[in-house]
Amino acid sequence: MRAPRPASSTHDGSLADGAGESALPGAGSPSSRAMWSRLRPNPGNLRWWQAGVLLAVFGVWHLLTAPGLIPPLLFENDQQAAFFFGEPLKILARIWDWFAVSRDIYGHLAVTLLETVLAFVIGTGLGLAFGLWLALSPVAAGILDPYIKALNSMPRVILAPIFAVWFGLGVASKVALGVTLVFFIVFFNVYQGVREVSPVVLANARMLGADRRQLLRHVYLPSATSWVFSSLHTSVGLAFVGAVVGEYLGSARGVGYLILQAEGTFDINTVMAGILVLTAFALLLDAAVSRIERSLMRWQPRAGETERL
Amino acid sequence: MSAALQLDDVSCTFISRDRPGQRYTAVRDVTLTVGAGEFVSVVGPTGCGKSTLLNVAAGLLAPSTGSVRVFGQALDGINRRAGYMFQADSLMPWRTALGNVTVGLEFRGLAPAEARTLGEAWLKRVGLGGFGDRYPHQLSGGMRKRTSLAQTLALDPDIILMDEPFSALDVQTRQLMENEVLALWAGGGESRARKAVLFITHDLDEAIAMSDRVVVMSAGPAARPIGEFAIDLERPRDVAEVRTDARFIQLHNAIWAVLREEVLKGYAQQLQGKAA
Repeated sequence: MRAPRPASSTHDGSLADGAGESALPGAGSPSSRAMWSRLRPNPGNLRWWQAGVLLAVFGVWHLLTAPGLIPPLLFENDQQAAFFFGEPLKILARIWDWFAVSRDIYGHLAVTLLETVLAFVIGTGLGLAFGLWLALSPVAAGILDPYIKALNSMPRVILAPIFAVWFGLGVASKVALGVTLVFFIVFFNVYQGVREVSPVVLANARMLGADRRQLLRHVYLPSATSWVFSSLHTSVGLAFVGAVVGEYLGSARGVGYLILQAEGTFDINTVMAGILVLTAFALLLDAAVSRIERSLMRWQPRAGETERL
Repeated sequence: MSAALQLDDVSCTFISRDRPGQRYTAVRDVTLTVGAGEFVSVVGPTGCGKSTLLNVAAGLLAPSTGSVRVFGQALDGINRRAGYMFQADSLMPWRTALGNVTVGLEFRGLAPAEARTLGEAWLKRVGLGGFGDRYPHQLSGGMRKRTSLAQTLALDPDIILMDEPFSALDVQTRQLMENEVLALWAGGGESRARKAVLFITHDLDEAIAMSDRVVVMSAGPAARPIGEFAIDLERPRDVAEVRTDARFIQLHNAIWAVLREEVLKGYAQQLQGKAA
């Protein structure tokens, strides 16, 4: 995604040719043009532009919802926009209150993150184990094939009430829901990964004397991990979804519970604040996965990488 | 002393997975012997089942009929006394060059430190001394082949099976590698006897320049050996220089006379196959 470049590239360096270029923003004087060439989007100031987009969204949001700031466009009175869409300043104040003043979000956040991490770890472990087993045992895979397809196509979020009955309203039922979501993503990727192991590498390992266990450890597993990692970004997100949806459907703690409570009193600002906090933490989790991936997948070629001698 | 590798009346028939009625016989009634320390090349038109033969010798593929003997003993499962250099890239991309050379030693239960020392020595011998920490994708094609060579030779096999190992390399790198293989083979394991080599190629020049004996295969399907030529050129040879030797040209003409017809036959069959 890039902002369109204004005018043509001939404006870049040549400050002398001033005529006929007044269409360019800020083309009035050489100094303002130099300013523009520094400000316009380029890889160096990408972060600033990204922050700018965020600020712009919040600015427009504030403008359209703050009571009394501008005449109501769609609603009958100026309080309604704020009621339906929340007010950014109040939302930020709420987040500030959670983290710095009353400090009561940490417990909820810890519960949600614990559920996410547990669901992620257990789901990934099970997916890896089952994926390896079924990929290496065609008979078992043949027998279980229709059931796996059936379980995968089932809308599994609907299992949440059942898990609540089985495991109670605590952490376990949310973890169970997250596991059902994560498992299949990892499972299918590992299954695929193992079956796509290069037959030459496999034959070579066998010629080098690998027994069955060594093949699993030194060929199948490393080969499957690249597929697993491509699925981890999706599955960490789904683990989060499992935790929050589980909380939302019935719990006594967690960020999903906070949102549910706020919704009960039509406190749209708190709902929005909860959503923003969840989004921020989902991004953090994703960044953590990227980091682990980079350190573990050093052997994979990256596009355009050159040899450093 | 019994031969290093002996294939007796080996036939390989493949059944099409989609249509079980359809069969394809790649090689039929192949009898082939490689003596201990002998360098034997097999040449033939494309699709004549050369690689099939090699896989049978490696124990990766069980023959439909016939038997394989390794130093007099019937082969069952993987041929533990053989090393195999594949045509395609066979290095594990998730291991460094050194890791790839030592992996076979680790499989055989050598202590990691010992494997490391041996692996580094072998990398040095194939001219990759400082490249042990590179991953395969950071190496050039020739360097990957050298790593494969070190990986195979580090295990000190009595038999080396090579499946067109240099076909993907450019001409200069290829001649360098051929000379290196010959040098390693001739001086192989100082105190030990030379290794037996079964070398598959479609390049007749390469076959003559490197081998003690050249076996010509007929065009597939149901390919079989149709000629055998002893190469009485003096060793040590330089693969580039030996090509201008009068005896080399003589041998080349004699073998080509046999091979030519088969190549044309194989080509015609491929064209037919495409048309059908």
